[in-house]
Amino acid sequence: MKDLLIVSAIETFYGPSQALFGVDLTVREGEVVALMGRNGMGKTTTIASICGLEKFSAGTVTFNGADVGPLPSHKIARLGIGLVPEGRRCFPNLTVYENLVAAARPGAWTLDRVHKLFPRLKERYNQYASTLSGGEQQMLAIGRALMTNPILLILDEATEGLAPVIRKEIWQAVRDLKASGQSILIVDKTLSELLPVADQCVILEKGTTVWSGAPADLNRDIENRYLGV
Amino acid sequence: MDKFDREKALNVLIALSLLIIPFIAIEMDEPFYVTLATRVVVFAIAGVGLNLALGLGGLISFGHAAFFGIGGYAAGILASHALNYEPLMTSLFELNGTTEMLIIWGVAVVASGLAALIIGLFSLRTSGVYFIMITLAFGQMIYYFAISWPAYGGEDGLSIYVRNKFPGVNTLDPINFFLICFTLLMLSILLISVLKNSRFGAALQAARQNDERLSTVGIHPFKIRLTTFVVSAMITGLAGALYADLNRFVSPSMLSWHTSGEIMVFVILGGVGRLFGPVVGAALFILFESIFGGLTEHWMLFLGLVLLAVVLFARGGLIGVIAGKTRHG
Repeated sequence: MKDLLIVSAIETFYGPSQALFGVDLTVREGEVVALMGRNGMGKTTTIASICGLEKFSAGTVTFNGADVGPLPSHKIARLGIGLVPEGRRCFPNLTVYENLVAAARPGAWTLDRVHKLFPRLKERYNQYASTLSGGEQQMLAIGRALMTNPILLILDEATEGLAPVIRKEIWQAVRDLKASGQSILIVDKTLSELLPVADQCVILEKGTTVWSGAPADLNRDIENRYLGV
Repeated sequence: MDKFDREKALNVLIALSLLIIPFIAIEMDEPFYVTLATRVVVFAIAGVGLNLALGLGGLISFGHAAFFGIGGYAAGILASHALNYEPLMTSLFELNGTTEMLIIWGVAVVASGLAALIIGLFSLRTSGVYFIMITLAFGQMIYYFAISWPAYGGEDGLSIYVRNKFPGVNTLDPINFFLICFTLLMLSILLISVLKNSRFGAALQAARQNDERLSTVGIHPFKIRLTTFVVSAMITGLAGALYADLNRFVSPSMLSWHTSGEIMVFVILGGVGRLFGPVVGAALFILFESIFGGLTEHWMLFLGLVLLAVVLFARGGLIGVIAGKTRHG
């Protein structure tokens, strides 16, 4: 399998304070990689650095053979990275339909296919995104990212703060996506759901990659040391 | 009735009444009102242009007078050269002026579009109050340039002796000129309506909401805004060319910041982001000007009170009062 995304020793600063001290991770084609770690360890910053929302000052990010570092965020997105940001950020002043078509780029993912994945969205077609429930907004955010036909989908805390029924639906969608061969980089706190889907795990601690490997190798000791509260 | 249907019905009503008024005026032998209605239509086109940037894009441009004036001067300069039989330039090849409206419109639209491209490249790097100030500054720069340029009348302005020509139509007949302007108004509103419901329109409204989110789906907000600003300026530039033909006179006052303010008043009075908002706004403006303008020089005081009321109590503008609120955000 080809390496799709290679993040190598990146360091990112917010003003004078350093958030990442050397993060390494690799996503291969068709793989689901779980990015894990406690709160404030740099998961979201890592994602922001990959997507060009925060500029990293050292290290490299290579996506599909292209050096992402110097590119502005919209060009990175056009390379084929679809981000579902934390906190389900839709465009509240647009309808569900407008949210989806505004993002659309040609490819296998069409409105119909998004509707098949999330039938609820179709029922809400002409509603403004601001009037959707949290779960529906999350589905819309995922749908919007898929409409750009990404090579790599990045899900940042996609099930956070949602009702259990909705979580189930989202996880089912993630499994469906994986089955269809979609490469995914995913951040989530529900290990019981996350580990069965993941092919690889990467754990961050204080802005550095401290462990990476298959979910099966993730033993109780590592879990307690880096993920436990 | 659905509020969207209500707005549509209202729009049709506005368009029809605007179309009928000049004919009634002619029946009553009051041709002055035809000119007044044409003024409404021309101002409305200028407003429709600004409404694209302001209403859909959230770009508060305080420099649209620049485009209105550039359109006006395009018409004035081309026509004056043609009427005086002086070529525009002779050095490389001979380029003559023209009195053909179709060509003049083309030049006006292209010239104001180019100006908007340059102004936009600088001003769209900023936002909020800085954007307002930079567009205002560019507008004033062009205004003072026009004043200090003696070749085309400077402060005194430039007269067009005969109204320009349109193939197959006698444009000197006020009703014909009204119909030409009215058709252009409807076309420009149609354009905005198509843009608004397109993918471009969705992206533009998304850009107003959040730049970062838009760029993570692969769209460059700056390009979307620049395109909007240029198209918006082109429509306002066309209105400027028509205004020059209506008055058969161009002066730097078309370029002054008062004009920018007036165009913005049309949009706000009628309803920001509403298709027919600028039409209603321009109509009310002209109505106040002709009713209270006859009574007192300070007629703007009354308009100001209405504007204050609209801003405080009816943020959807007059269209919003009747047709209900639309999307928020």
